[in-house]
Amino acid sequence: MSDINWQERLSPGVNAIAPSGIRKFFDIAAQMKDVISLGVGEPDFVTPWSIRESCVYGLEQGHTSYTANRGMPELREEIAKHFQRRYDLTYDSNTDVLVTVGVSEALDIAMRAVVAPGDEVLIPEPCYVSYQACATLAGGVPVSVAAKIENEFRITPAELEPYVTERTKVLLIGYPNNPTGAIMTRDDLLALADFAKKHDLIVISDEIYGELTYGGEEHVCFATLPGMQERTILLNGFSKAYAMTGWRIGYALSNPTIIAAMTKIHQYTMLCAPITAQMAAVEALRHGEKYMKKMVAEYDRRRHLIYDGFIKMGLECFEPKGAFYIFPNIAATGYTSDEFAEELLKAEHVALVPGSAFGACGEGHVRCSYATSVDKISQALVRIENFIRHHKKR
Amino acid sequence: MRELLELLEHDARRPVSELAAMLHRSEYEVEKQMKELERDKIILSYNTLINRDKLGDDTVTAIIEINLTPQREVGFDSIAERIYRFDEVRTVYLMSGSFDLLVIIEGKSLNEVANFVATRLSTIEGVTATRSHFMLKAYKKDGVIMNDEKIDRRLVVSP
Repeated sequence: MSDINWQERLSPGVNAIAPSGIRKFFDIAAQMKDVISLGVGEPDFVTPWSIRESCVYGLEQGHTSYTANRGMPELREEIAKHFQRRYDLTYDSNTDVLVTVGVSEALDIAMRAVVAPGDEVLIPEPCYVSYQACATLAGGVPVSVAAKIENEFRITPAELEPYVTERTKVLLIGYPNNPTGAIMTRDDLLALADFAKKHDLIVISDEIYGELTYGGEEHVCFATLPGMQERTILLNGFSKAYAMTGWRIGYALSNPTIIAAMTKIHQYTMLCAPITAQMAAVEALRHGEKYMKKMVAEYDRRRHLIYDGFIKMGLECFEPKGAFYIFPNIAATGYTSDEFAEELLKAEHVALVPGSAFGACGEGHVRCSYATSVDKISQALVRIENFIRHHKKR
Repeated sequence: MRELLELLEHDARRPVSELAAMLHRSEYEVEKQMKELERDKIILSYNTLINRDKLGDDTVTAIIEINLTPQREVGFDSIAERIYRFDEVRTVYLMSGSFDLLVIIEGKSLNEVANFVATRLSTIEGVTATRSHFMLKAYKKDGVIMNDEKIDRRLVVSP
């Protein structure tokens, strides 16, 4: 190439963000034939047929146009109805709902809508890989706050408080949590609500795993807490609960001012979410619940199996209550989480993701997804146990 | 109990240790429950679903609709019994609608099945009519798609 330094010519915002730590493992694993992957952050189920079929029908009927920027009215109404039914929360489908291209887009435009240059965003870690990057790209300053394993990775106001400055504007939470499988109880969240009120924060709550809770734990939607609906930007979608990751369909719910601001960005950058995915999403909300419940029941059984397996191996591990991840502590092996993931992949051909990819405090842990078949989980457990028995760094 | 049945119905060969872990019960409890279900005839048998097309067997499957004259006291039951006692008969259902019994028969050839219907079934007292349909292809049986390739299309690692 020429002698122009292209790296320097990139926007400082882009240069400021690191590439995802997951990439390396993907490259190694992709070369291997008999890999069992516990590294996949999406359901192993295919989207239920009735949902796929409704999309095919829509295409046959010629539904191939743009939709309203905010999303098809039918879909927004179904979303509003769903929140009324499930959480007794009232959102106006005309002013409070924005359909997005997955929660990923919703998170990006939520940040861009509320963050001014230099505004600080409190982000409990470990967390999903894009949180910091979205804050940075929006011109904000991500402020990582480590959650503690002793507390099963739930975050408390006491842990957040030292990081509050006069520039703190947003608290970004994601529970049930990727990568830890942690959930927050109502009391935990009530404490956060008080904290948000005290410091007048906007709360972005990523609840994409909200339907996936286990062991009798009901997900508590942050917007249902007293006084929180107005100051919460609630993000959710169809990817995890309905096994619809590739459709790229999500939504944001908030007060009319914030949704209008987000819509402004969305209309210039995305225009609208794909109509086919929106039609499928309508079907998911109208008739998909029974399929979703079945998948959740299956995840729960796998959760027991994998948790049981790690405990029997002697790995320190708390019982995950949500999402489809388990986050065992591998520090006792003497490896860093990065080394552990790499050595395990090379020696036993099991792919998982080092905890450090989700924030510094994830170090010492690995994320294992149990969104894979029971047979594969069982085999992976045998391989991991074998690895631990024969490989100890110190 | 229902969850255990659901798992067994899907795959009866799962080891008890795995079932126990998935159901968050002890192996002892799962084993005990399975024994009870067997004793109470809730679990009748553990079968294998075979794709006969792949085996290259030329077996013939026929679905026969049968009309009956119900009998005093026993209704359809005693005729049904006379039918289901034949080894050739795989399945018998009492139906609502335009016929009374739905019978599924397996045989080695078209001839054999036709012969069985003509000489054994239609001659039973109380059977007033039979209509035979020969099965051409099985796409799905007992919830299992016969030629379902399970391909994992996901990326190996994703956030």
